This record gives sequence, C-alpha cells and structure tokens, in this order.
Amino acid sequence: MIIQMITRAILIGVPMLYGAVGEIVTEKSGHLNLGIPGIMYVGAIGGVSGAFLYERACGNVIENMNPFLAVFIPLLCSIIGSVIMGLIYSFLTVTLRANQNVTGLALTTFGIGLGNFFGASLIKIVDSEVPTVAVNDTSDIFCSTLPFADNLGWFGELFLSYDFLTYLSVIIAVITSYVLSQTRVGLNLRAVGESPATADAAGINVTKYKYLATCIGSAIAGLGGLQYVMSYADGGWSNDAFGDRGWMAIALVIFALWKPHMAIAGAFLFGALCNANNYINGLGTETQELFKMLPYIVTVIVLVITSMRKKREHQPPAHLGLAYFREER
Amino acid sequence: MSKAEVAKHHREPLIHIVKRDDMVWWRAWLIRVAAIAIAILLIGVISVLLTGKDFFSIFETMFRGVFGRPGKSSSRMLWYFLQKTAVLLGLSLAVTPAFKMKFWNCGAEGQALMGGLASMICMIELGDKLPYPALILVILVSSIVAGALWGLVPAIFKAQYNTNETLFTLMMNYIATQIIKYYLYIEGGGTNKINPVKEGNLPQIFGQEYALNVIIVLVLVLAMYIYLNYSKQGYEINVVGESQNTARYIGINVKKVIIRTMIISGAVCGIMGMILVAGTDHSIDTNTVGGQGFTAIMVSWLGQFNPFIMIFMSALVVFLNTGYAKVADSCGLDSAFSDIAVGLVIFFVVGCEFFIRYSVRFRHSRKEAQV
Repeated sequence: MIIQMITRAILIGVPMLYGAVGEIVTEKSGHLNLGIPGIMYVGAIGGVSGAFLYERACGNVIENMNPFLAVFIPLLCSIIGSVIMGLIYSFLTVTLRANQNVTGLALTTFGIGLGNFFGASLIKIVDSEVPTVAVNDTSDIFCSTLPFADNLGWFGELFLSYDFLTYLSVIIAVITSYVLSQTRVGLNLRAVGESPATADAAGINVTKYKYLATCIGSAIAGLGGLQYVMSYADGGWSNDAFGDRGWMAIALVIFALWKPHMAIAGAFLFGALCNANNYINGLGTETQELFKMLPYIVTVIVLVITSMRKKREHQPPAHLGLAYFREER
Repeated sequence: MSKAEVAKHHREPLIHIVKRDDMVWWRAWLIRVAAIAIAILLIGVISVLLTGKDFFSIFETMFRGVFGRPGKSSSRMLWYFLQKTAVLLGLSLAVTPAFKMKFWNCGAEGQALMGGLASMICMIELGDKLPYPALILVILVSSIVAGALWGLVPAIFKAQYNTNETLFTLMMNYIATQIIKYYLYIEGGGTNKINPVKEGNLPQIFGQEYALNVIIVLVLVLAMYIYLNYSKQGYEINVVGESQNTARYIGINVKKVIIRTMIISGAVCGIMGMILVAGTDHSIDTNTVGGQGFTAIMVSWLGQFNPFIMIFMSALVVFLNTGYAKVADSCGLDSAFSDIAVGLVIFFVVGCEFFIRYSVRFRHSRKEAQV
C-alpha cells in the first residue's frame, strides 16, 4: 500500500518536475515564462500526433512497430512542438521585448487551444464514441520496463517499475543542476539572468543565451506533457485532461528555490499531496474535494515561508521579468 | 571603399535598434490597428486552408454567428454579445488598478468565483426570508466582501513579505474552485449541480435580462476611469507602479496602497461574480467564470490600462472568440480554434508594441542619412 502510494506520487509528480526544470532553465535567463502550461499541452499533443501517425502507418499492429521508432517519433514531434512554442515566446520577449506576463498568458491560451484543437481533430479521425484518442501500443512501448523488474518484489516496484521518461526526468534535473552551478555555461546563464548589462559587457551573447535557455526549457517542459499522456494516462488523450499541472510546475519552481535537484523532491511531494485524498480512510466525496486543495494550500504556505526568510541565495534572478535593451541606462 | 570602412562595416551590426521618443498617439494606434488587422487576415487564411471555404464567407459566418441574421434572433444575440463583453470588460477593469501598480493579479477568476458563491449562498439561504430590495442589497454587499477578501489575502503577504503575487493569486483560484466543488456537492446532493434559483435574481430593466449587467459595468468603466486618473489614490497607484522607492521617498505608504488597491480589485471581481450568478446564470459551477480572469489580464494590457479603450478590446476579444467558435462549428472543427485565434491576435498586438517603442535602422539607411 505504501509502495503503491509512493509510485503513484512519483507518476503524478514527474510532469510537474519536467515543467519545473524547464521553467527554472528559462527563468535563469531572466524570463518568466507563464506559457509553460500551454507548452506542456503542445508537447503532449505533439507526441500523441506523432505516435498516432506512426501507429496508423504500421496498420495499428504492435508487432509491425519498430520499438526505437515508436519512441523516437513521438519524442521528436513533442520536442519540435514545444521548441516552436519556445521560439514564439523568445522572439516576442527577447527580440521584440514584449511584456513577459502577457505574452506568457497568451502562449498558454494558444497552447491549450492548439492541444485541444488537434486532440479534437484526432478524435474526429478515429470517430470513437468516447471523446478520447488512444495510442496504447506506443504507450506500452514507452512504459516497457526491465524484464526482471517484476521478480524483485517491492524493490522492483519501487525503483524499476516506471517508464523511461520518469528516469529521464530525474537525470535531466540532476544534469541541469550540475550545469547551472558547476559549469561556465551555467555561470554565464546565471549572469544573464542576474544582470544582463554586466553579462553583455563581459562579452556574453545575451540574446543567444536567452533564446537557447527558453527553447531548451520549453523542450524539457514539453516532455512533461508527453510523460503524462504516455505513462499516467496510458496513451489516452482527452481534451483538458492535463489540467492545471503546468501552473503547479511554475509554483514548484519557487518551492525548489530555483534549484533543479530540489525540484525532484518537491515534485514527488506535490504528487503525493495531489493524491492524498485517495489514501485517507473514511472520507466522503465532499471532504475529498476539500482535500484536493492540499497541494495549492501547501504551495501558498511555501511561497509565504520562502518570502519571509529572505535569504540571498533563495531569491529569483534579479532581472526576472524585465526586458534587456542594451542602450538603456 | 577604403579598408577602414570595410572594417567598420564588419564591426557594425546590420540592424540597429533605437529607442523612439514618444510616438504621436494616432500613429501608435495606426500600428496597433494594423497589427490586429494582419492577425485577423492571417487567421482568415489559416481557416481557409483548414476548411476550404472561401475567404469572405468565413467572415460572413463570423458576423452572423455573433450578431445573428437581421430579424428576430438578432436582438437576442446582440444582448448575448453585450453580456459577454460586459463580463470580460468588468473583470478587466477589476485587474487594472492592480496592474498599474505592477501587482500581477492572476486571481480574478477565483475572486469572481468567491463573489459568485457569496451571491449563490445568499440566494439559496435568504431567498425566501428577506424582502426583495434587502435581499439584493445583502447579495451585493456579501459578494463584494467575498471578492475583496479573496484579493486581500495575497495582498497582505505581498505588502508584508513581498511574496510572489502571480502564483499566490493563481493558487487562490484553484482553492476557490475546490470550495465551489465542495459546495456543489453538499448543495447539489450528489448531482454536482444547482438548478437555477428563482429568488434574488437581479431585476430586469427595459424588459431585457442583461440590460442591468451592462449598465453596472458601464458605470464601473466611468468610476474606474475617474478613480485612476483624477483621484489621489489613483495617483498613488501610479507612483507605486513606476517605482516603489520614489513612492516611499515622497511619503506614500506603499503597503497601504498595495492592500487598498487589491481590496478594490477583488471587490470589483466580486461584483462581476454577482453579475454572473445573480444576474446571468442564477446558478454556479466551477466553470462560471470560465477562464476569463486570464483573458481579462490581456484585455487590460491591450487597453493600455484605459477603461474606455478596454471597452473596444473586450468587444474585439469576445467577437473573435464567439465568431471563430461559430466558424469552427460550421466547418466541423473544434471550438478550441477560437483560443488559437485569440492567442494569435494577442501575439501580434503584444509584438507590435516593439515598433511603437523602438525604431529599426538598417546599416545602409543610416549611411544614407549621414550623407
């Protein structure tokens, strides 16, 4: 029971982890990307579309599918989709210096619209009775585990039962953490976010860093959408099912104090909180609804506590949300 | 070309961006209108490619879809359009004072929901106990208080500890949604919905269901314009938004301004919640506000924080949203197409501000200018 609870929490937490790590990378360059929820939708629908087309090309028979292509095509489509979203955002906010909050919110509207639009189109193509489109075969391939994992009892279930995107999320978070804090690229990126004028004077190409950070961040966030569809939803897409996970991911960034490795624990904790209402005995349906507030309330408390402590290393990048124009004083 | 000149060319970037002085207002608006026009044309082309219908019939479908065919149904559709515009406009007005102060109130949704919930509770619990005028008054006051409280909580923490208000207000939305779900469950008795309540509906005037809603919002437009531009408090909001240090220096109590402004912002959201529940739906669910709190943020910004311009901007957004939903519907596309369209229009408007604030000079044109 406890093991099931933990695995469930991890499964729910992973999309948020992807979103949070992507947002951290973007925010380190000084750009508050409120478009992450939309980008995650696009990442998800990109993957679903890719998988859908490949499954059709193989005649919907799992034996015909090449496991490598079955993973690679959705992954590629997902990344292309989210990078395009990242490019829209960075063109508007970096090159055209548009207001980041408004651009981000518009990107979320746009992205959710895109996701639902293509989702509905796919649903129309398959013409099923329920409003979902399912790519179960691809999902099975995504979720295939090591062959001996089932024989290892609780150990196997706790550590080896996940799809590869779950492991990848942790790996990406650790690598990002290392790159940001230990390498020159990371140092430059942080400089761009803290004080672009200083970075510019030091010879760092501010525009390039901002573009790359936003696009890489978007690609990472988009994978969160893909993981949700392929693993949590077993390959099923229905409109608006992804819900508010994107916003939770942005909240997680503050929870993790802009440190990707902290986001790992944070995401799993959020996942556990989102699922807590199912594990407390004797709750009526109405009290369950109240318990679903838990992750939001905890986020609020975390926001307040981190802002009260005011430690210097726990602050957002100094230039977060502000456009950089070289000739401005 | 001498060697020095060649070397200079290599060092000088091809494109040079220069900050403009203030542009004449009509030229700035020309650029904005052009951006909107280009965006609408682009969406037109996309819809032609998707549906295979011809360009003008799409616009015809949009107009028909929003304003109806001439005749009986058109007046009803017009009122429906006005009602939707009024709601979006009211929410945009609500977030505007907070924005002017650079307080990103993303919680209009939750504040309006709580205002609506207060109205709903009054309508159900007090509907048959109070005389009608008293009931309406109680509904009004309670929804204002509920909305203001929901806005007050993040404001206190922002003022005291500089807590991130964007996420705080966002989380308050979800908490409000869960409270509504809880209420729907206990009140709806398992059906999770409340049938329209007859008591405590806002009065109809001119025989029109939505006329009062529209009038209330128009009064709010005027009041907000005067408040922001001609009152001392509006001035204080302006200064705090420009620079908190300046505000402190000239003796403005920044904390007080933040809290007061958010109470106003939340209160107006509460009124909009009342309009939605007591004036429109006579019921409530989690989708009553339907994400318009976010659209309102964009409308407020597109309207340059000017309530009168916001009238046109909210009308435009509602027109595009309803119109493209109808276009999508008539062509068998999903209604999410309208979200894509609105997103695209906002990208263009947000992007065009660049050409208002900066001018782009190419290397060659600059050389000619020197000659």
